Formats: sequence, structure tokens, C-alpha cells
Amino acid sequence: MIEQNRKGEVWVFAEQEDESLNEVSLELCGKARELADRLSVRAAAVLAGWNVRELSYRLIAHGADKVYYVHDTHLEHYRTLPYARVMCRLIAKHKPQIVLYGATPLGRDLAPRIASEMRAGLTADCTDLQIGDYTEPKTNAVHKNLMLQIRPAFGGNIIATIINYDRWPQMATVREGVMRLRDGDPKRSGEIIEEKVEFNDFDLVVRLIERHREKRKINLKAARTIVAGGAGVGNKEDFQLIHDLAGAVGGAVGASRAAVDGGFVGAEHQVGQTGTTVRPALYIACGISGAVQHRAGMEESAKIIAINWDREAPIFSVAHFGIVGDLRKVIPMMIKAIKERA
Amino acid sequence: MSYHCIVCVKQVPDTSRITGDVMKPDGTLNRAVLPAVFNHDDLNALEAALSVRDSHGGTVTVVTMGPMGAAEVLRESLYRGVDRAVIVNDRRAAGSDTLATGYILSQAIRKIGRYDFVFCGRQAIDGDTAQVGPQLAEKLGLVQITYFEKILELSDRTVRLRRNVGNGWEVLETRLPLLLTVLDTANEPRPAAARRVMQYKRARTVGEAACEISAAMPDATEQKRDAEQAVRIEKLKMNDLLIEQWDLDDIEADLQWCGISGSPTKVHRVQSIVLTKEGYTELPPTEEGIRGLIHELIVDHTLG
Ligand SMILES: Cc1cc2nc3c(=O)[nH]c(=O)nc-3n(C[C@H](O)[C@H](O)[C@H](O)COP(=O)(O)OP(=O)(O)OC[C@H]3O[C@@H](n4cnc5c(N)ncnc54)[C@H](O)[C@@H]3O)c2cc1C
Repeated sequence: MIEQNRKGEVWVFAEQEDESLNEVSLELCGKARELADRLSVRAAAVLAGWNVRELSYRLIAHGADKVYYVHDTHLEHYRTLPYARVMCRLIAKHKPQIVLYGATPLGRDLAPRIASEMRAGLTADCTDLQIGDYTEPKTNAVHKNLMLQIRPAFGGNIIATIINYDRWPQMATVREGVMRLRDGDPKRSGEIIEEKVEFNDFDLVVRLIERHREKRKINLKAARTIVAGGAGVGNKEDFQLIHDLAGAVGGAVGASRAAVDGGFVGAEHQVGQTGTTVRPALYIACGISGAVQHRAGMEESAKIIAINWDREAPIFSVAHFGIVGDLRKVIPMMIKAIKERA
Repeated sequence: MSYHCIVCVKQVPDTSRITGDVMKPDGTLNRAVLPAVFNHDDLNALEAALSVRDSHGGTVTVVTMGPMGAAEVLRESLYRGVDRAVIVNDRRAAGSDTLATGYILSQAIRKIGRYDFVFCGRQAIDGDTAQVGPQLAEKLGLVQITYFEKILELSDRTVRLRRNVGNGWEVLETRLPLLLTVLDTANEPRPAAARRVMQYKRARTVGEAACEISAAMPDATEQKRDAEQAVRIEKLKMNDLLIEQWDLDDIEADLQWCGISGSPTKVHRVQSIVLTKEGYTELPPTEEGIRGLIHELIVDHTLG
């Protein structure tokens, strides 16, 4: 851990693969900017890779005042140990007060390794980050201007606020889409600082033999309409109903975690705290109860239609239109009504 | 060459069964009525370890940290074929966040001693954090491979394996020992073997044995209970049915890194969200009602 450093910067780990930045890093730059302004400190991004200096400008445009750039052939493709070495060295050197990571497969591999080495706290899958004060109940000691790490707690409709007042830096991971992607400002200026990090033999003990990446097949974040199915759909065969309705409205297919766990549809369709956060013009929730972890990923949709045969289901509390009924009957009626209009 | 494998497993509340009656009136969870299950991904981790032993020989040891009832996942592991099972159970471990949990497990694994592979599930369903595996690897000074899918080649101290990160995969080569977090798509966990269920269903930890004796002899004196307990434990031992139970002293854990004091992340507050029921337009599940809805959506340009 590092000593508390009230002047410490707010950092974002800038995730890049194949010379392109993951959008979540840009979303986080915007959030880091906000937090840094609250704290009157600077926002910075750490960019590690090989020949990716150009990406710094986008990070700056999205809110970073500084980019720490580490350029090394060992960093061309992500591997846990060399990347963890870079982050730990730079954290020890510059003592940021906050470090944010995208909750991507890469970020979820890297961040806990760093947290363990730095003996610092890490909160996964935050749905909101704020600055606030905390009073220790036993000692009445007041900790001012901490990062409040907000995430749904397991079960029920509970939101927990997590803090870390003594083992800095304060670190959190955030899923893609949770923080809004603001337009970058190409006129913003910032500093690029080149850093050098030495690696030892252990850092390089994993050899990358072969690597394959696929283009993302679905982009829920970009969809204007999403039709999402939950456990209430029942099984994989009946999930075709969801695909059919999505086809009829020209939308994308979403799902609750229960539907993903049930094998009805792939994990890339999951909406919610540990899936994707979406804000489409229209979200149609079919057979989804509306647990807090699901709502966290869709309640900002412009219009929400809920179809559920249980009038008490919490999904209705965020809905604009509710249909209390059997989705097996309601969905075919909807498809029919849409076809009539076309 | 044979290999020694350690598998970390967790008992979790079955989050897919959260229904109305599981909630207390204040909106918090009544864990007592929620069934506890073997964390699914951990069954895949267990399977991965057992299959290393099947093809190369060696041993499989499972370790869990948790309340006494968590010994159930150890019995489940014994039914599936593990050689040794250990529970770390200590009140002082309560309130541990992922970092403290990683530390405690690392001390338990140090006490177990020899290992070539440490397997963890990708994540536990009650938190979905996927943090303990990497944190444990760091504490043990091991290489970590997350999202592990399969071993392609294993000879002597070198392993070549494949990991799947959702939008692609990688083949990596490294040397043992190492820690792997296993995907649920990596394999098909084997079921419990009937013969082993018969053999191990009576396996108990010291703590469980003591509880059962107290429950069976509510009026007996403490001395009598202690005597009965000693006999019971001797019997379990003789039949190879005693599940090892360690506390934080047994694993020489430094208490400053355990439980609440070892956890940098603290819960500041918990808010239950009050759901307001009003504010939505209810439509009847009839052709007419739905036609009206679609019409409205088209008119205001939400659709089309
Ligand atoms: C750490 C953590 C992270 C999580 N992350 C996510 C996440 O990212 N996304 C997510 O979705 N969940 C997440 N969850 C799970 C979440 O708590 C719920 O368990 C899940 O959202 C429930 O999915 P569901 O609504 O499809 O299923 P259920 O809660 O089982 O609801 C099914 C609904 O279908 C209705 N129904 C059944 N049959 C019919 C029918 N024929 N017609 C109409 N209605 C019908 C029922 O009335 C019920 O309301 C997470 C949980 C944890 C602990």
C-alpha cells in the first residue's frame, strides 16, 4: 500500500489491444476527470504497449491531463505479470489516490493482482463512483473526500457503498457502458510522460504462443431497441420468441443472468451490473423479475416495457408500460401487431 | 511424472433462488432460508484437477474457507474423488474481503505444502468479483492464468494451455507451479460416485462432530460430552473420515491481514431501495391493448 496522498492524481488504466483503445477506458477518463475536479487534483491515464503513443491523444481528449506512457516490446500483447509490474511501479512512484480499471476480462485479470501486491482495496463492478466523507463509527475519526464505491449488494434491492480509507490507492473496476461516453474534445491539451520499467525473469515466464481475437458480434450499447428475456422464458427453444420479437422491432437481444446461466443465450447478451449497461430508446423486458443487479444495467432506458405475469415483480417499478400476462401469449400478439403496421 | 493439485472451493448461497420469502421486511437477505450450494465454477476447477490426476497420477486436495456448514462442499468433493479435504474455519476470518481471503487461503496452501497446480473457479456467484484467484496467486508468488479452458500439453515442469477471454483465445506456455482460474465451459464436472458417497457421507470435521454430540446429549455434563467427543473423533480418524479443520493459528496467519482488519474495503452503508409502484401505464394482455401500445410507440417514433 502507499501512504495517503491527498494531492494524489486520479488514474485510469488505459486498456488497449491491437493498437486500439477499449471504449471503457475513455468512459473512465470522463469519470476520472469528474472525480479529479471534485478533489482539485489532476486526472491521468497509464498507457502501456508497444508503439501506441498515438492513443494518448484520445485519452487526453476524453479528460486525462497526463498520460504515463510505457513503451516496451514486452508489452506488445497483454500478459499479466509485465503489466502488473508496470502498474505497481508507477503507483509506488507517483502515489495516485484513485485507480480505475475497466471490468473487462483483461481488467479483471490485472486489477486484483495489483491490489494484492499493493495490499490495497479493490471493489468490483461499481455502478457509480462519487466523492464523499466517512466517519468511523468507533473512533469518530472523519475521513474526508473518499471515493464512494457504489454497487448492488448480493440479494434483494440493496445498494452498498464501499470505501477504503486506509490502504491506498482506492481502486475499483467498472463495467463497460456504466459511465457515459462523452464526446472527446480534441482541443484539450495534456502532457505525455514516458516511463521506463525494468522486468525480471519471473515477469516474463509466460510465453504467448498463439493469439486469436474475434470482432465483437453484438453491440448492445449501440442498439436503439433491446428485447431482453429472462428465466421466465423457460428454455432455450422458447427463447426464439425473444429473437423473433427483436427481429420484428429491428432490435438487439438482451438477457438476464438467469437466462444466460440457464444456457438460453450467450453471456455477451447479459444486461446488468455484471453484464452490459444499456440506455436504448426502448427496452422490452420479458419474463425478467427485475432484480437490482439487472435494473442497474437498464433503468436509464428512455422507454421500458415490462411483460411479466407477476404483478408484484419489481421490474414494473422501472417500467413505463406494463403488461401483466403470459409472455408466450403476449409476445406473439406484439409481433402480429407490429407486422400489421409495417 | 505425477502432479499435486490443490483446488479452492466455496460454498455460496444459491443466488438464482432469491424469491420474496428470502427477503426480510427490512429488505436484507435472510441467508438462513437460502439454500447453500457448491459454487458452480468450482466444480469445474475440481474436475480440471481430477483429470490431471487421471492422466498423470498424483493427488488432489481441496480447501475451503467458511463457516462450519461449508464442510458440505468438502464431502461433495470427497464423493467426486479427492484425496484430502481441509476447511479453514475461524471466527476471526469473518468480514474478510477478497484480499484477506486470498491471504488466508495462501497460508492454508503453504501448510498443505507441496503443489504443482492450484485451481480456482473463475468466480463465485455471490459476488462475481473473480478477484480471489489472482490475489491468491500473487500471495503465493505464482503465475496466474485466468479463464483457463484446457491443457494442451503437459510434460515434466512445462505446460502449454489455452485460455478463453470471450472475444478470443490465447495459447500460453509456462512452467509449474501455477494457479489457474477455470471457466465453466472448460469441462463437464463428474457426478458424485455412489460408492464414495456411501464411504464418505459420514465424514465430519471436529467442529461438526462436536455440534452433533451437543445436540444429541443436551443434558449431559461438559465432561461427559468431551469424553464422547474424544471417542467420536478417534473413531472418525480410524475410519479415515475426519475432515481436517484448521483455524488461523494452525496456518500461522498474521491476524493483521485477516478478517475486517485485513480488509481494505469496508462497507460504508447499505441502502435498500424503496420501489415505487406507480408511474407506469398498465395494458391488458389482449390484442387490442397491445395494438394500442405498438401504435403509441410508432407515433412517438420510439419504434420505426
Ligand atoms: C453479484 C451478482 C451480480 C449479478 N449480475 C447480474 C446482471 O448483470 N444481470 C442480471 O440480469 N442479473 C444479475 N444477477 C442476478 C440477479 O440477482 C437475478 O438473480 C437475475 O437477474 C434474475 O433473472 P430473471 O429476472 O430472469 O429471473 P427470475 O428472478 O427467476 O424472474 C423470472 C420472472 O419471469 C416471470 N415469468 C415466469 N414465467 C412467465 C411467463 N410465462 N410469462 C411472463 N412472466 C413469466 C416470473 O414472474 C419472474 O418475475 C447478479 C447477481 C449477483 C449476486
